[in-house]
Amino acid sequence: MSDTLILTGRMEAHTSDSHTLKRYEATGGYEALRKALAEMTPEQVQEELTLSEIRGRGGAFFPCGMKWGFLAPSETRYLVINGDESEPGTFKDRQLLERDPHQLIEGIVISCYALGVNQAFVYIRGEYPRPARRVQAAIEEARAAGYVGENILGSGLDVDVMVHLGGGAYICGEETALLNSLEGKRGEPRIKPPFPAVEGLYAKPTIVNNVETISNVPWIITNGGVAYAAIGPEGSRGSRMFSLSGHINNPGNVEIVMGMTWRELLYDIGGGIPNGRELKMWIPGGASAPWFTQKHLDTLVTHDDVTAEGSMLGSGAIVVMDDTTCVVKAAHRVVKFFAHESCGQCTPCREGTSWLERMLWRIENGAGRQIDLDLLLDVSDNISPGLQWPPAMTTICPLGPSAVSPITSIMGYFRDEVAQHVDEGGCPLG
Amino acid sequence: MADETRPEKVTITVDGQEMVVGNGALLIQAAQDNGNYIPRFCWHARMNPVGMCRMCLVEVETPRGPRLVTACTTPVNDGMEVDTQSDVVKKAQEGVLEFLLINHPLDCPVCDRGGECPLQDQTMSYGPGESRFVEEKRHFEKPIEISDLVLLDRERCILCARCTRFSDEISGDPLIEFKDRGNYTQVLTFPDEPFASYFSGNTVQICPVGALTAKPYRFRARPWDLEAVESTCTHCSVGCRISVQASQNQVLRFLGVDNDATNHGWLCDKGRFGFEYINSPDRLGTPLIKGEDGEFREASWGEALDVVADHLGSILGPEVAGLGGARGTNEEAFAFGKFMRTIVVTPHLDAQLGDGLDPQFLVAATPRSAIPDLESAATILVWGPDLKEELPVLYLRVRRAATELGANLVVVHPRRTGLDDVATHKLTYRPGEGAAMLAAIAGGEHPEVTEVLNEGPVVALIGRPGLTEDARLAESVAAFARDLPEAGLLPLARRSNVYGALDMGLAPNLLPGRVAATADAGRAALEDAWGPLPEAPGRDAAGIMTGLAEGELKGLVLLGSDPVRDFVDPALARKALEAAEFVVAFDLFLSDSARMADVVLPVEGFAESEGTVTNLEGRVQKVNRLIPGPGQSRPTWSILDDLAARMGGDLGAASAEDVSREIADLAPAYAGITWEALDWGVGREGLVAPLPEAEQPLEFVPVDAGGNGEAPKNFALHLARVLYDDGVLSRVAPSLAPLAPEAAVHLHPDDLGRLGAAVGDIVRVSAGNRGAVELPAVADASLATGTVYVPANLAATASLGAVLAVTVGKPS
Repeated sequence: MSDTLILTGRMEAHTSDSHTLKRYEATGGYEALRKALAEMTPEQVQEELTLSEIRGRGGAFFPCGMKWGFLAPSETRYLVINGDESEPGTFKDRQLLERDPHQLIEGIVISCYALGVNQAFVYIRGEYPRPARRVQAAIEEARAAGYVGENILGSGLDVDVMVHLGGGAYICGEETALLNSLEGKRGEPRIKPPFPAVEGLYAKPTIVNNVETISNVPWIITNGGVAYAAIGPEGSRGSRMFSLSGHINNPGNVEIVMGMTWRELLYDIGGGIPNGRELKMWIPGGASAPWFTQKHLDTLVTHDDVTAEGSMLGSGAIVVMDDTTCVVKAAHRVVKFFAHESCGQCTPCREGTSWLERMLWRIENGAGRQIDLDLLLDVSDNISPGLQWPPAMTTICPLGPSAVSPITSIMGYFRDEVAQHVDEGGCPLG
Repeated sequence: MADETRPEKVTITVDGQEMVVGNGALLIQAAQDNGNYIPRFCWHARMNPVGMCRMCLVEVETPRGPRLVTACTTPVNDGMEVDTQSDVVKKAQEGVLEFLLINHPLDCPVCDRGGECPLQDQTMSYGPGESRFVEEKRHFEKPIEISDLVLLDRERCILCARCTRFSDEISGDPLIEFKDRGNYTQVLTFPDEPFASYFSGNTVQICPVGALTAKPYRFRARPWDLEAVESTCTHCSVGCRISVQASQNQVLRFLGVDNDATNHGWLCDKGRFGFEYINSPDRLGTPLIKGEDGEFREASWGEALDVVADHLGSILGPEVAGLGGARGTNEEAFAFGKFMRTIVVTPHLDAQLGDGLDPQFLVAATPRSAIPDLESAATILVWGPDLKEELPVLYLRVRRAATELGANLVVVHPRRTGLDDVATHKLTYRPGEGAAMLAAIAGGEHPEVTEVLNEGPVVALIGRPGLTEDARLAESVAAFARDLPEAGLLPLARRSNVYGALDMGLAPNLLPGRVAATADAGRAALEDAWGPLPEAPGRDAAGIMTGLAEGELKGLVLLGSDPVRDFVDPALARKALEAAEFVVAFDLFLSDSARMADVVLPVEGFAESEGTVTNLEGRVQKVNRLIPGPGQSRPTWSILDDLAARMGGDLGAASAEDVSREIADLAPAYAGITWEALDWGVGREGLVAPLPEAEQPLEFVPVDAGGNGEAPKNFALHLARVLYDDGVLSRVAPSLAPLAPEAAVHLHPDDLGRLGAAVGDIVRVSAGNRGAVELPAVADASLATGTVYVPANLAATASLGAVLAVTVGKPS
């Protein structure tokens, strides 16, 4: 795989100083920017991105070139980098921010050139002080070297990049809540449409892209979109970073080319389950994603295959759980997270997520009733009608339906174990 | 933003029914206009949609199949197919209701909202029969007082954000906000900052549950026990549409009624809660006659009327004057004018108290705008009172035009006003230097202001910024403004039915129906019906006061008028009433002036008498009767009719409606405006006089009087009203009385420094022989230096006369 380490090659090779401008320049850094500014029109940069077939790495897998194409004309437009990586188990952007900030900054400046943007914002979650300091320091370095600021590399391009730290709300990872937060308002998702590309930050056309997505841009410009699209299967081009955690021998971030099986990812790369335990289930794409079980081990790690099985690659967080894990306790923990992080704006999420959380708590603690099993599903259905993924929603944003994923997962795959909680007045696993 | 290629109307299908609706209209409104009500909590037609409660979820057909959307945030487009009844929709709506109810206390039996509660109603229509929620409900401390008028129960709250959005979007004082998040989200004030909004009552009215309750109504009645009648608020001259509601002959609340013309359903808190005076135990219920000992004794109507008839009959007609009439109905004002002109035979009539403007300017300035013109104005000029303090709902309309509709707003005023934060340009000047400011604007010395004033249509709201301001300044401003592109004028006076009273001829220079009192044709027409009229013009309020004080006039009839408190020179008013041989007061209360009268006659007031009123646009609206007046109180027109008979005349006022017919016959600008024509129908807009087919006999073209006012050398006094005051109607309203602000002397910090006074120090403002006040100093950087602002209408300041040049200093 070493030949396809698009994002993490530098930090793997230079563990101590991959975040510095010196190392970045010494390893080909900012050459893509020079190339773009000297040899390419903004349209050509956009075209390369479209040719690369890269899809958004924040979790929605939306084709990036298409998103850029939606940016409405306006004198003032913005690029906002979503670094509010708050999904439990997701820590890939942290590594990119902390270990290779110039790669992101170069991607930002190239993107701003392509999009006709002069002001970019990097919104970083408040719990990431070191990554934020690294990015800020890198911006200063880049500004001093003429890669950021006015008249970049003598091209006449002006791009400023501002770092903004979040206040600790998961919902601010949702792009419109992020924009509200950036504007100093409550972090609450906006009704879409209008989409940010038409009316975003300060009501101006805005592109919101994930840290990982934009970190790919220098490679795409250097090597060409066609070269990027040659990596990985259709629909899941390029490499992807995953964050492995839970009951797995090799936890941490990995950058892989999509298309392998989950068995290969969990056992060959992840090193399998510790202590000789059995794999019980795993979350394939962040806390929002419906869970996978043993029967999915031969499913391919691609957007399309995972979607076909009713889940998603999402934020790239893979949380592995072995056979000592209580499904009710695990689901409760995830639902509790969403109930805690609900912004409270819309009724079904505000009321429904905490209702689900309290029912699961009751079941886990011996006060469950048999009717609670169907009630869990029906309340879930009132948040996410049809209980499908991707979800239909009675809510404004997908946070509410995300809280439903653990419920549908445990009721779909482990209903007997849940029922056993009720029958035995508590958790059978103790 | 008109796009000519965009069709005005589109066709949509809702539940199989085709509807032709406005392109881009919100689905929830379009469906409702066509008889399909989609349930909702957070959506309010007068505020921007937020799609938060999710109650209005419906299915819209898309290329990828039916999709759940909120009807309140979805604009219609041609061919849109909507299902509001599908199983998915019904389950979603039922689900939302169940969610809303799981933490709702369901304390309906003790909740003010019970019986008129959207949550109750929609649960009945769309909700589940019972709850499946067995956990403990959410708890908050309750209720908490978030202001002097409003209490908040966070357990009942369904977090629809109507109240917070109203405060932010509509009234511009966002003092309540969401706090915390998720399941702990709650509406709350900021620490140590109460919800002290002039408009807080609106949040109570639009709350879809009983989370916000108003102190004056709390636990007073159940909705099904209330009798209601639509009427028009008479606390100021905006003329907001209201529903007056009473139980057991006690008025218990006013609610705003939505119309496009005036108030959009909103009310100010003074209008909403000021009704308490109606039920006051201090109301007069018996005629009073002052004895030799100077004490009042109760009398029968017969005796009291005989005394009045004898005295008015024995004093020569032209030696009697009449003041007031601006607080009642047009019918009362008309009957009063007819009585004074034809029975007493005097031309000395004034509904204003020296605090207003030329009556002809107020009722007949041309070209005239109406309130809805604010919606299409490119530029709005406000040079007059602080609208937020004096005409609060007009402030809301101007604010909306400036914030939501993109109008330029130019505010010219001696100090900060409620509109400053949304004004495009604000100019500040010292009272007395208004003419110079006008010359500077007209001369292009403020090019940024000139630029926006040249964008038409322009609506100019022009009144008297303060009581020390020369009244002619407004006319000079109007003379300037009327030449701006597509300009319209809205001359401003505050007192409730002052426009109606002037229209009924209660002015020295006006006859009924906007006829100049000196106009030969108009006089002749009226004399045909009434017989000879006294010579015109008569004396205005100032002339009447001087005349009484100097013995040129001998008798005074007060119609709901309290010159001792309200005349611009209170000391002169007191002197005038002391000097008068005979004073009769028609009043609701024993006001300071009524106390000085020889006879006091108790009248029926608002909600007790039927009639019409006219607002500052010239819009005529009905006021209606719901309860009887206290004791033996009688309608004004009936008392006057009785008096006329005792004085050997005939007023022909057998009923208020009879009077209204005479108005429609004899008052040219009111031709065709009958009670039938004003019956509340679609729109509830009233009628703007004159009707298109009627005659407006007077076209008042304002001219620049030039050089009016002069700048005082030392301190210029800015004496202006505040909303909550010590007026007789507020004083007896338990909820409003405590809201009157602390009186203070406002000075620019530099002036404070020059005087060697610190904030809080007692400062003396002296108007020479017209009074003085000694009050704590307040720093007010919005004033020009050399200006001292004193609120006009507080108990501690009422004695200060409206004098421009004053001395300010530390008390000796």
